[in-house]
Amino acid sequence: MPVSVEPTFVDQTENTSAQEEAEALRPHAEDAFADELAALAAQDDRPRPARWKMSPWAVATYLLGGTLPDGTVITPKYVGPRRIVEVAVTTLATDRALLLLGVPGTAKTWVSEHLAAAVSGDSTLLVQGTAGTPEEAIRYGWNYAQLLAHGPSRHALVPSPVMRAMAEGMTARVEELTRIPADVQDTLITILSEKTLPIPELGQEVQAVRGFNLIATANDRDRGVNELSSALRRRFNTVVLPLPDSVEAEVDIVSRRVDQIGRSLDLPAVPDGVDEIRRVVTVFRELRDGITADGRTKVKSPSGTLSTAEAISVVTNGLALAAHFGDGVLRPSDVAAGILGAVVRDPAADRVVWQEYLEAVVRERDGWKDFYRACREASA
Amino acid sequence: MTGVERAGSSGWTGTEPLLLGVRHHGPGSARAVRAALDAARPRVVLIEGPPEADALIPLAGDEDMRPPVALLAHAVDEPGRSAFWPLAEFSPEWVAIRWALEQRVPARFIDLPATHTLVWGSEAEGESAGDGGGRGGGGAGAPDADSDADVPVGAATGTDANADTGPDADADADADADAAPHSDVRVDPLGVLAEAAGYDDAERWWEDVVEHRGLGEGDAFAPFVVVEEAMGALREVYGSGGHDRDLVREAYMRLQVRAAQREFGGGVAVVCGAWHVPALRQKVTVAADRALVKGLPKVKVDMTWVPWTHRRLARASGYGAGIDSPGWYGHLFSAPDRPVERWMTKVAGLLRAEDRTVSSAHVIEAVRLAETLAAMRGRPLAGLGETTDAVRAVMCEGSDVPLALVHDRLIVGDVLGEVPEAAPAVPLQRDLARLQRRLRLKPEALERELELDLRKEADAGRSRLLHRLRLLGVAWGEQVVSRGSTGTFRETWRLRWEPELSVRVAEAGVWGTTVLAAATAKAEADAMAAQGLADVTALAERCLLAELPDALPAVMRILADRAALDADVGHLAQALPALVRSLRYGDVRGTDTGALAEVAAGLAERIFVGLPPACAALDTDAAEEMRRHVDAVHTAVGLLGEAPAAGHGDLRGRWHAVLRVLSARDTVPGVIGGRAVRLLLDDGQLAQDEAARLMGLVLSPGTPPRDAAAWIEGFVGGGGGGMLLVHDERLLGLVDGWLTGVPAEAFTDVLPLLRRTFSAYEPGVRRTLGELARRGPGQRGSAAAVGSGIPGFGAGLDVERADAVLPVVRLLLGLDGAGEEDSAELAGVA
Repeated sequence: MPVSVEPTFVDQTENTSAQEEAEALRPHAEDAFADELAALAAQDDRPRPARWKMSPWAVATYLLGGTLPDGTVITPKYVGPRRIVEVAVTTLATDRALLLLGVPGTAKTWVSEHLAAAVSGDSTLLVQGTAGTPEEAIRYGWNYAQLLAHGPSRHALVPSPVMRAMAEGMTARVEELTRIPADVQDTLITILSEKTLPIPELGQEVQAVRGFNLIATANDRDRGVNELSSALRRRFNTVVLPLPDSVEAEVDIVSRRVDQIGRSLDLPAVPDGVDEIRRVVTVFRELRDGITADGRTKVKSPSGTLSTAEAISVVTNGLALAAHFGDGVLRPSDVAAGILGAVVRDPAADRVVWQEYLEAVVRERDGWKDFYRACREASA
Repeated sequence: MTGVERAGSSGWTGTEPLLLGVRHHGPGSARAVRAALDAARPRVVLIEGPPEADALIPLAGDEDMRPPVALLAHAVDEPGRSAFWPLAEFSPEWVAIRWALEQRVPARFIDLPATHTLVWGSEAEGESAGDGGGRGGGGAGAPDADSDADVPVGAATGTDANADTGPDADADADADADAAPHSDVRVDPLGVLAEAAGYDDAERWWEDVVEHRGLGEGDAFAPFVVVEEAMGALREVYGSGGHDRDLVREAYMRLQVRAAQREFGGGVAVVCGAWHVPALRQKVTVAADRALVKGLPKVKVDMTWVPWTHRRLARASGYGAGIDSPGWYGHLFSAPDRPVERWMTKVAGLLRAEDRTVSSAHVIEAVRLAETLAAMRGRPLAGLGETTDAVRAVMCEGSDVPLALVHDRLIVGDVLGEVPEAAPAVPLQRDLARLQRRLRLKPEALERELELDLRKEADAGRSRLLHRLRLLGVAWGEQVVSRGSTGTFRETWRLRWEPELSVRVAEAGVWGTTVLAAATAKAEADAMAAQGLADVTALAERCLLAELPDALPAVMRILADRAALDADVGHLAQALPALVRSLRYGDVRGTDTGALAEVAAGLAERIFVGLPPACAALDTDAAEEMRRHVDAVHTAVGLLGEAPAAGHGDLRGRWHAVLRVLSARDTVPGVIGGRAVRLLLDDGQLAQDEAARLMGLVLSPGTPPRDAAAWIEGFVGGGGGGMLLVHDERLLGLVDGWLTGVPAEAFTDVLPLLRRTFSAYEPGVRRTLGELARRGPGQRGSAAAVGSGIPGFGAGLDVERADAVLPVVRLLLGLDGAGEEDSAELAGVA
């Protein structure tokens, strides 16, 4: 009986997993862009570092986009300064670990996923950093049933993604490095400097093979959560991913994301919010940069991050307000409260910053009267 | 190019001139020039530059001469018309001069004389400094929009940002300030070559192809052959590339080269911009060249060496020679080997000095990253871009903040040139002498006082000169308090010319060639460097006094920036009165103070926003200080409100709103709250009844006696407060009632405050108050019973007595013949 059952069981699993893959909410980068990766690898005649799927040039092309000699079009994955991608790829090629810093919403995770997919063909060797990430997630854990039954052995050992990457010469990823408790972070020091992971229980070690590297991401506004020790920091080359450098680019990103989110939340469509979106983005940019868009007046910056991601949430909120409680059109009053909430994080200092901005900048601006009034009401 | 080709293969014979085409300020070119000169050993070195400076060449060998320096040419009668030829240690021209001096070989400048080029510069055509050809992408960026001094050696030379061309240096400096930026329609020769090579940046292309190439073994002439070929091809296509004046310059240079050939019998080496090489090689008849250079207009020109700085060589700084990174070039030139490693070590040293932990491991990793990046970008050697990216990623943790320091200190650099004392006088001294003559203001060692009436043109000119000199650090005159008159049109100066002031003038020569231009540049630089907000406002005031309209916008911009970023309301409040004072002073002098009014109004608004939160939770001393700020702002807003800036609406109205907030808020210290009520009352924004109600609230038993006493101090302290109590018995009654209610144990606390408040009154007021208090509260009722008028006053006007006063008041106010309205107002006042 059991003999006959087993194959059926296996078949079923395969079916379900295949189905799941087809319907995955978000496929991995190496699956979603498999064609481009294959085309790049096929036409890449430049030297490749050990175990890299393609040369550093090809990796940079994969991220920044371009057209291959045979006409294959590579879509840009990251829209931003070329310099940043070049430094990131070069860092991986020099076997230094890469730390991607940036405020939320600057595509850190996105870049790290695509880098791993292009370099190693696998972006799944991922450790998600949280306040509760244990050492086992970075080193190795034990299968306690095996451990109790057979004692410590390599069979009872559950390798972490980092350990697997070391053994196979792949790229490991650590998300939100600064959220991981400091003592757990320090586990990485040996891995990054000695390129080895000792297993004292077995008297063995796992040595990283050529091709191993690590990409970490961290939020540079949260530095204080668990700041990296200088010993660890020294092992990383740091690349700061900037916020979009023009209003147009940012408005574009915000409206596209708002549109996507709105659809997934089944919000009623709100027509023609672009003006209001532009206004939100302008306010965020001006406060963030500490200077008005025309470059003529400096303003103080509040303590909040005011990232693109926050602008997106302010607009989404406003849309929900407009759709459910307003007249269906995104109005200044719909976003005013959201902006206030995003800007005024510190009730004392930020409120002054905000009011100064309102009085010195917003009040004077043509066509912003409604917005000024709405903000005054919201702040009162 | 046959000459060099032959020379390249078999050594230079000396029959043809050796043409060394360079990129101005290119360290690679400089090395190549030195190697080529060493190999060729010419009998004379000809250099692209103004021949008037030939006499100054020996000074370049003086031991007190340290590059960067610049050759300065200026018209003798008109120091404002000038041009600079900056030379850095790594400039090929400088290297050639030094080589010639070391080898005791004559060196000469062969470009068109400055006597002609300065005239060109003043023509209205406004043609910008031509790109000498060898210079990289600088052609587009270097010329300053304000400049009208055309500069002969192309972008290698800076331009005088404040050159004025008219006869009167004082009057017309601003005439050209608003000229539109010249559209540079000329061909950028290197840009074309770089584009052909697939580079987007001509500067980088040149670096890769020429500068970063180490010296090839053996053939020192090879680089020049290649460059000449490329330039030859370009000039075949583009001709003069729109640089029409270049043709004249090249004709002159050809004549000079020929003359030198004849004089020395061959053995002539020429160092010039690569762009000119094909033209110099060209066979043109002497007659044709003569015809081109004939009959050019002339001015009388003087030349001298002036010290220069790396910052001024940098493109960003107006006088720019068009190079972004003089420090980096200097490093490339001076580093004997391993430039990237040495550079990274320098960067690490700088960052360590600034207390950043940078270990040797960082340096190693940075070098590795830079070199790998260079390989990835397909460059022969890590350039500035790669090293900067590597420094940012490895040593600066991705942050641009420490990187800015690296840029400022190393990439641009703090290097300051020096010029030996034997160098001829700077034009600023001449300009000063000229002004002294014109204003009949002799420099005398004997101290004397000078009374100036600014309504007279000559006196105003003297005052401006003295103020400008003070800005430049030449303390010839010291302003003293005027005797007798306090009018703003009067100034008293104590003059004394000390010998060391001449040295100061010479030092100030770096700022400009005329007193006006120098003072303007200095004021702008001072504004950039000023620490506090109050320093900038003081500077703005001095700019107005010295009448530097060109400096004012820059100062105002910095002032607005500082004000925007200063979180301390106290600083803002300190700055406002000075600004408002300048505004009024500007009015007196008829200066356009629109920008000033704008900034002042902006400053006032920031104060309005920040003041209420800043008044919470203050101790006694801080509250007292803030009370003074409130007073100062009140006065300033009163003055400002008379001439509101466009778009700032009713400042007074908003100020009153702020005062109301202050008067009503419990967390505001009593002394400020009391003063706010008082100011509102004085401005007629608060009814007497309301003031009495607020006072009653504060003096009610719920308020601690100390706070109440502080409120009283704020309310009736200072001038006129006593009269308020004398005339409004209701208020006096409130104070009286409160005082009798203060418990015995609190009384000793309150006493010093009250004493301070009341002792400041005039004796007469104190006596009247005492009498009123002795009469006691019983009388208060009768005062209230008088009726509907202002409390403390009679119900109606005593018309007869008022009429008796009015004529005199009219006379005093100059209101003769004024209408009914005025008399009504006056009646109100009376």
